[in-house]
Amino acid sequence: MRKTYKLYIGGAFPRSESGRSYVVNDAKGKFLANASQASRKDARDAVVAARKAFGGWSGKTAYNRGQVLYRIAEVMEGRHDQFSAEVAASEGLSAAKARAIVDASIDRWVWYAGWADKLAQVVGSSNPVAGPYFDFSLPEATGVIAVLAPQDSSLLGLTSVIAPAIVSGNTVVAVSSFERPLPAVTLGEVMATSDLPGGVVNLLTGSASEIGPWLASHLDVNAIDLCGIEDPDEARDLEAAAAENLKRVRRPAEEDWSASPGLSRLTQYLELKTVWHPIGV
Amino acid sequence: MTTIDSGVDTLADVTSSEDRLRRFLLGLPGVDQVGAEARAATLGTRSIKTTAKAYALDLAIRMIDLTTLEGQDTPGKVRALCAKARRPDPADPSTPQVAAVCVYPDLVATAKHELRGSGINVASVATAFPSGRSSLAIKVQDTKDAVAAGADEVDMVIDRGAFLSGRYGMVFDEIVAIREAAGDAHLKVILETGELVTYDNVRRASWLAMLAGADFIKTSTGKVSPAATLPVTLVMLEAVRDYHEATGLHIGVKPAGGIRTAKDAIKYLVTVNETAGPDWLDPELFRFGASSLLNDLLMQRTKLATGHYPGPDYFTLD
Repeated sequence: MRKTYKLYIGGAFPRSESGRSYVVNDAKGKFLANASQASRKDARDAVVAARKAFGGWSGKTAYNRGQVLYRIAEVMEGRHDQFSAEVAASEGLSAAKARAIVDASIDRWVWYAGWADKLAQVVGSSNPVAGPYFDFSLPEATGVIAVLAPQDSSLLGLTSVIAPAIVSGNTVVAVSSFERPLPAVTLGEVMATSDLPGGVVNLLTGSASEIGPWLASHLDVNAIDLCGIEDPDEARDLEAAAAENLKRVRRPAEEDWSASPGLSRLTQYLELKTVWHPIGV
Repeated sequence: MTTIDSGVDTLADVTSSEDRLRRFLLGLPGVDQVGAEARAATLGTRSIKTTAKAYALDLAIRMIDLTTLEGQDTPGKVRALCAKARRPDPADPSTPQVAAVCVYPDLVATAKHELRGSGINVASVATAFPSGRSSLAIKVQDTKDAVAAGADEVDMVIDRGAFLSGRYGMVFDEIVAIREAAGDAHLKVILETGELVTYDNVRRASWLAMLAGADFIKTSTGKVSPAATLPVTLVMLEAVRDYHEATGLHIGVKPAGGIRTAKDAIKYLVTVNETAGPDWLDPELFRFGASSLLNDLLMQRTKLATGHYPGPDYFTLD
């Protein structure tokens, strides 16, 4: 069946406001499906949905967020064959390699899920101060994160940029790989059925170069990951636009998605809050 | 188009006795519910862009009755609201002022003081707002208090209990009494359409209020759900248009409650233009009772001016 996949915004699956769609081919140039081509207004709606979801999601206990991320991994497991087929077709890989990538993606969700209730212990601190105070620094979520997902790694890369943002309580507007959007579409379907509140992750399929500038200059977006921008001049322009409201910017860099991710993406989207509490009161 | 019942000679006769009034109101043609809703939905799909949008946004800001009607209102909050009414967007001096600030009677003096010299009106709700369940003497005194404190506009509620039980004369007399007590102040009559149930009742109540001397007819108090809706406003605009055709008088319309986005506001403006006509695209004849709407209008205005999306963090909370 020839399908036209839709976007994932605020927990619902709308078509693009623009009515546009584009043909998605596999790595050999054969027709796979149609995908909605998101416009700036879809990005605008997605930011509104992400902002609306932020209070609830960041307010959940870290333990609860971890459970939801585990649940995403579990539901992905059930769709293993579908993900494998999509990754194999999109990235032109053998079935065995594609399965290994899906396994690695599921493992990545589990790995980040484990960090949910350990982050504060590692990143936070109890600070010695010269006075009768307990002094704590605690990590809190930054807010709405725009993610321009990697163009090459359509599932493992996408997972590796979304999971570290949401595990600490941020909400995400992600633009998938333009040529390989199908794993992102399926990931949206997984998220819709895995206890993740609507709006925490919003997935747009389309062109990062078209939507990126609107997200970079959007004053209600608090950080942006430029991972999926390959042209350095374009990345520089987006970084300049993001400076308007002092967004946290993650510049594009060579990434090995199969390597252990480390904490850098996790800590990128955190704000440290320091509390002074008088001793003996 | 509605036409006045042919059995009536002049509108003055209609109000000469309760019996005639009832016959007139019940003789008004019924509203086609499906038709009204479909018409409103169609008008809501018009695309208003670029210069027309800029005009609509500024017009909508000029039409706002910036409202705070909470039990927790304080003079401080009213002062903050008045500051916002004068300069809705301090970052952009070209932003127009709103039409009025709407408060409870006891805060009229505060608002009046804050708005002196600005040309912005102070509107006060009165007559045992929002339920209207009080004696006529108290309602009249409530109105007089508000006017004495400096209110330029009075928003009164009708007695919905009397209206729904068919005591049209009583509702009429009450509006007339308040009209008198309000003196020179602009009188807005709140129909509370959410409690009137049918569009036929909305049409009848609109005519009743206009016949009794309302300067404005207003949809809702904002305390009852549903508050203002587009079809209800459409029906009221038709009534205003027909009244204008019959008498030559211009009566204003004010939807209030539930209008929160610039998109909604523009839908209302399209409906005004297509139903009552361009004469009503004026703060003298059309108002929005709203508070959070203003921020969304300002954000849309900023988007047009700067070319990128603004965030709610950059506008005052109120």
